[in-house]
Order: sequence, then structure tokens, then C-alpha cells
Amino acid sequence: MSREYEFSFPVVGENFDDAGKASVEIKRLLKELGITGDILRRTAIATYESEVNIISYAWYGTINIRVTDDNILVNILDSGPGITDIEQAMVQGYSTANDRIREMGFGAGMGLFNIKNCSDGFEILSEPNKGTLIKILIKR
Amino acid sequence: MNLILLAEKLDLTVRCGADSLDREVSGGYSGDLLSHVMANSRKDDVWITCQSHQNIVAVSALKEHAGIILVLGKEPDKDTLEKASLEGIPLLVTELSGFEAAGRIYSLLHP
Repeated sequence: MSREYEFSFPVVGENFDDAGKASVEIKRLLKELGITGDILRRTAIATYESEVNIISYAWYGTINIRVTDDNILVNILDSGPGITDIEQAMVQGYSTANDRIREMGFGAGMGLFNIKNCSDGFEILSEPNKGTLIKILIKR
Repeated sequence: MNLILLAEKLDLTVRCGADSLDREVSGGYSGDLLSHVMANSRKDDVWITCQSHQNIVAVSALKEHAGIILVLGKEPDKDTLEKASLEGIPLLVTELSGFEAAGRIYSLLHP
């Protein structure tokens, strides 16, 4: 019998105090579902980077996770300024982070690159002044 | 090698997580850019950094590090200590530089 699980986590922009909180919780839930090793590691990196992106750049957003027998599907939808040049944003080391974000060790310009690198499927859609949707697929 | 022995050899001071010091350290990662640490560090690594704010705890929890070593005499923020205690992540401090701490830990792990 196939089973599916779905979780949703809200993330608030600028809330650096709680950065990583949703991802730690997501990892715990995935572990409870028996997901381990490289799949768990890759999902944790992808959700963490997504969470930090929402906090750093958007007003608010949601991380949705769907776990099926074959895949882990993560949709990250935010309300925010959007990304005007996606191709440039994907380049390793490119970042629009301000000094305050960088001082904390964020804004290395690795977030989207890390997410893509950890995913078996990756799609990014963005509309300026509206927000960004990132769809990630990780095969189990 | 576990953290107790490592702390002894490098004369590190334990700030929290004393209960988890028997944890085995299999390697290390040195860095202050959180995305690099997320991408490149491994489970059971000891993380050497000069970042002392609370966000290091989530990174370390997600990567399942053996512990965090703050170098250059950095002290963890109050929030960092609270969160690390809650997650059971050992936080240790030293006056050593990141270079020296990493070098000495590498020598101990790869005699």
C-alpha cells in the first residue's frame, strides 16, 4: 500500500533568530518516516538553504514537503521581491545579501546552487515584486 | 577519538554539552560561511568557527556535528548557549586561531 505524508512550515522574513528551526523540525519528521543517509542529508541542506533564503530576502513563505514511496517533493513558495535574473542568481558566489546578513555568515551566494546540487529535480519560477516558487524533487 | 580527549589535548574549555563529550569525532570542518559548512561538512565532524551567534546551532544540528569549537577567544552568545544546550551540541572555546586548532586536530585524527 502506498502512503503519502505532507507537512507545511511557515517561515517569516527577517526572523534570523529562528533560522534553521523549520529545517531541524523537517529533518526530525523525515527521520521518523525512516528516511536516512544521503537522501536525508540532501533534503536537510535543500530545506535549510530555502529557509534561509526566505528569511534573508522575502516577507514570508512556506516550505511544503510531500513524501511519497518514491520521492520527496519540496515546494518553497514565498511572497517577496522575487528574482529578476534567475540565471545570475544561480551562479555560485553571486549574492545580493546586505552586510548584516553577510556578517552572520549567510549570503555566500551558495544557497540556490546548494539546493540544486542536492536535488534530482529543480525548478524555479519567480515574478518581480510578487515572489518565488522553488520546486525540488529528491528521489528516495 | 572523542571530544573529551580532544578537549584535553588542545586545552579547550567546555561551555555546554558536557554530557555529549563522549561522542566520537571522525573529522573536522573549518569555516565561517554557513552555506559552505552546510554543503561540505560531514556528520560527526567537529566544526571550527569564529561565528558565535545562535544560527550556528541549527547548522550543527542539521549536519549532526560532534561539536562546535569557537576559536580566537570567541564566546557563544547567550542564545547560542541556550539553543546548543537544548540540542545537546557541545560548544567548546579556545584562544587558538582556526588555523592552529584545525592543524592540531588534523594531526590528532591522522597520526
